[in-house]
Amino acid sequence: MTSADILALLPLVIVAYGAVVVLLVGAFWRNHTAAATICLFTVVAAFISLFTVAPLAPRQITPLLRIDTFALAYMGLFLLGALTIIIFSHGYLERTELASEKYYGLFLLAVSGMLVLAASTHFVSFFVGVEALSVALYGLIGYAVRRPSSLEAGLKYLVLAGAALAFLLFGMAIVYSEFGAMGFAAFRGGMPGAQGWTPLVPLGIGLIIVGFGFKLAAVPFHTWAPDVYQGAPAPISALIATGSKAAVFALLIRFSSAVALQDHASLVMLVQVLSIITMFGGNLLALLQRNIKRLLAYSSIAHIGYLFIPLLAGGKEGISSIGFYFVSYFITTIAAFGVVSVLSAGNSEAEDLDGYRGLGLQRPWLGAALALTMLSLAGIPLTVGFIAKLYIFAAAAHSGLWALLVIGVVNSGLAAYYYLRVLATLYLHPSRAGVQWPDTDPASMVVLATLIAALVFLGIFPTPLIGLALYASGLSLP
Amino acid sequence: MILAWLILIPFIGGMAAWLAGGRPARWISLAACAVQFVSALACWLSLGEAASPGGIVIEQRANWIPAWGISVHLVMDGLSLILVLLAGFLGVIAVVCSWREIQTHIGAFHFSLLAVVTGVTGVFLARDLLLFYFFWELMLVPMYFLIGLWGHERRIYASVKFFMFTFVSSLLMLAAILGLVFIHQRSSGSLTFDSAELIRTPLAPAQAAWLMLGFFLAFAVKLPAVPFHTWLADAHTEAPTGGSVLLAGLLLKTGAYGMLRFALPLFPASSLSFSSVAGVLGVVGILYGAVLAFAQTDFKRMVAYSSVSHMGFVLLGIYAGNEIALQGAVMQIVSHGVSTGALFFLAGSIQERTGTRDLQRLGGLWQIAPRLGGMTMFFALAALGLPGMGNFVGEFLVLLGAFKAFPVLAVLGSVGFILSTAYALRLVQESMRGPNHERWQLNDLSARELTALGIMATVILWLGLYPRPLFLAARAPLTLIEHAVPRATETAADISEPPKRRPR
Repeated sequence: MTSADILALLPLVIVAYGAVVVLLVGAFWRNHTAAATICLFTVVAAFISLFTVAPLAPRQITPLLRIDTFALAYMGLFLLGALTIIIFSHGYLERTELASEKYYGLFLLAVSGMLVLAASTHFVSFFVGVEALSVALYGLIGYAVRRPSSLEAGLKYLVLAGAALAFLLFGMAIVYSEFGAMGFAAFRGGMPGAQGWTPLVPLGIGLIIVGFGFKLAAVPFHTWAPDVYQGAPAPISALIATGSKAAVFALLIRFSSAVALQDHASLVMLVQVLSIITMFGGNLLALLQRNIKRLLAYSSIAHIGYLFIPLLAGGKEGISSIGFYFVSYFITTIAAFGVVSVLSAGNSEAEDLDGYRGLGLQRPWLGAALALTMLSLAGIPLTVGFIAKLYIFAAAAHSGLWALLVIGVVNSGLAAYYYLRVLATLYLHPSRAGVQWPDTDPASMVVLATLIAALVFLGIFPTPLIGLALYASGLSLP
Repeated sequence: MILAWLILIPFIGGMAAWLAGGRPARWISLAACAVQFVSALACWLSLGEAASPGGIVIEQRANWIPAWGISVHLVMDGLSLILVLLAGFLGVIAVVCSWREIQTHIGAFHFSLLAVVTGVTGVFLARDLLLFYFFWELMLVPMYFLIGLWGHERRIYASVKFFMFTFVSSLLMLAAILGLVFIHQRSSGSLTFDSAELIRTPLAPAQAAWLMLGFFLAFAVKLPAVPFHTWLADAHTEAPTGGSVLLAGLLLKTGAYGMLRFALPLFPASSLSFSSVAGVLGVVGILYGAVLAFAQTDFKRMVAYSSVSHMGFVLLGIYAGNEIALQGAVMQIVSHGVSTGALFFLAGSIQERTGTRDLQRLGGLWQIAPRLGGMTMFFALAALGLPGMGNFVGEFLVLLGAFKAFPVLAVLGSVGFILSTAYALRLVQESMRGPNHERWQLNDLSARELTALGIMATVILWLGLYPRPLFLAARAPLTLIEHAVPRATETAADISEPPKRRPR
């Protein structure tokens, strides 16, 4: 490992040391705001370091990690997402009387797991990234120890992560037994093309994809998601919905382009089926939700279903459209959970949809923010969600995936119904008598306003983000 | 820049109205719509009849998303011009008729109203398919709020139903747009959403049929054609007066416009083979809508179902495809927009005064409010197609043209004239004439209402007595559309078999 290698790993190094610093400072000086500030600066420093790393890409660092434009773009996305969630977390923890500095140590540990996943090209780094992310999330999900639902969610996530890991490890073991190597490069280098594969290999890869399915909450491996989203503190729900999923998905992209997913009929079939049942499952189950966190959970399940479509499309179009979609999804979902966390105070969260009645008229800015996120999730023009949906549908059309395209379109229509119900709750129903919304903190409101501004701006002028998405599609194999 | 301004003026006006709120919002909105109308009129007058072969053309193009070949391509020809004028005109009317009805969230109401006008104007001017889709969807959310926030008793149900019908159908259009664009890319190598380029895409018949169906469904839901009409009665009835005026006068027209502008020219061959089906749907709409209208006891619901019937004529005219029928369809679009707008205006005035739209409770209003009675009579006559008024010209030309293409359908459609007489006269009879059971005491139309309705009546008479300027403006674009469809004389005879489906 040369010094240039270490320089290329700078973002990861900064975040990992940041986690240690937060915990060490916490041992001597227990101050919530100080811990949040250190955490914030760590993330900002890691983000800035991406620009010094960028000229080095693409670069393979040991067989484990590869820093290419794909990894850098996803790291940037994770760090910016983490930045906004940290600010929401600070206000949220103050309001709900959970304030404590340990939260931020776990948070940075989770972020470091996500960064590893974005660059991982080997089963070992894959495993380490998933574990770093999961272990940190057990603690974060169960962080609201006074709420039974939070502890229950933490436990559920632990069981789920165990199950996912079992599938992943078994799949990896099978693949290793066939190839004798654990690097993704082995799939290309070890055996040329699909003809050389024994039937055991697709089985192993299929098991790995099932493991991915658990982590991504694809139907039928989704049953944990609504409970965990509901029980976790709202900012952590945002982290699970966005960063955690996108990190695993980024690895899935790298993995499937290494195994050339599109060339294997059985794998294509598997992902197709997953995509269709995930879209329908997520959207149908969301239709009747009265709890906004559960509704967002099902909605995020459905969004993963949409994302399987460009994954199957592959190529530059497919991969860049996934990148664009994730940016849109990050902005929108973090803003939506941001509104939930801004409105949560005391020992309860603002999760009951009825509690939002009349918000649009009583608190016009917060109401408009939540309304715009719903429109963006539904994919209505003037929001970035529309362009994102257009992008993945265009990728599907480009690859001739007509059946999936039509099913995706039908599902978008279906989904509009429940997003519209949130809109109706915000504006059309009179507010509950005597409902009191808590005071908000200015930092969260600034972040929320920025996210909403980005949501509208990128919906009208998406060109810069398309350029970035194309940059992020620079996936290269060792 | 004039075309971009035509779209931006209502939007900027709407933002200003929202910020101003209260009484100034009304004046700002009125001014914005009036400015839009006058600038469109100025376009017409400055270019006059000295039109280029494609009609009166102003064309503007700017990059929007160059990576995907999406541009802001705006074109105004005669057809777009007529419809933009209609949009500005009905925008003014919608503001005027909401003057006293809307008393809550006045600024937001006017913003929504003008956002709908913005979307509609954009639809009429856009030639880039994605830009078209963008404006097409832009109309939805403000209209949803207009119905849901300021509407009547069952407003939430109606607004959701409206949204879901239009949204799902337009997503199918989006899929069809993408299909067309990528088939074009495969054959020509360039990625573009511009309809002027896509029109030359060579399509296999099966591809063309599926893509055409995607477009047709979106437009047929908006029009609405039977059996996709069920959202209409709820939406029109529950919307506030201004919302009903925009729905009936403009939103329905975007469906007809889409068929004329995109469905026919982009897929000429499959449209031709589909034309008998569309014609049957049109006639079923004419008859079924009229029968439903006759059965209603709610003033607004009756007018709403009469729209189904009148838009049936438009559908029949568009798919009959010869110039006479197309001219008739355009005439019907404009006259129906004005006359139905006026009827909803009157329904709003009546509801404001009596608090009801129930025809069984109304009655005998003519004695106490003769101007209200006279105006209702006038616009009911327009709706039933009395010669001398615009609607007659439109319906007559549609039937005349349709008789060449599908004689049997034209004969069946002409029964619609009789049915419309039945419901229109029943409307006047039950609301204005007869005994005044409930002893209504109400003020007659105010100067504001009388002026607006008087102008609308003048327009209807102008269209009925001197329709030539409208025909001239629409001629060139309609000729292009007519020639886009390769209509051989013998195929016209082939497809004129009797309808298989009888009206329910």
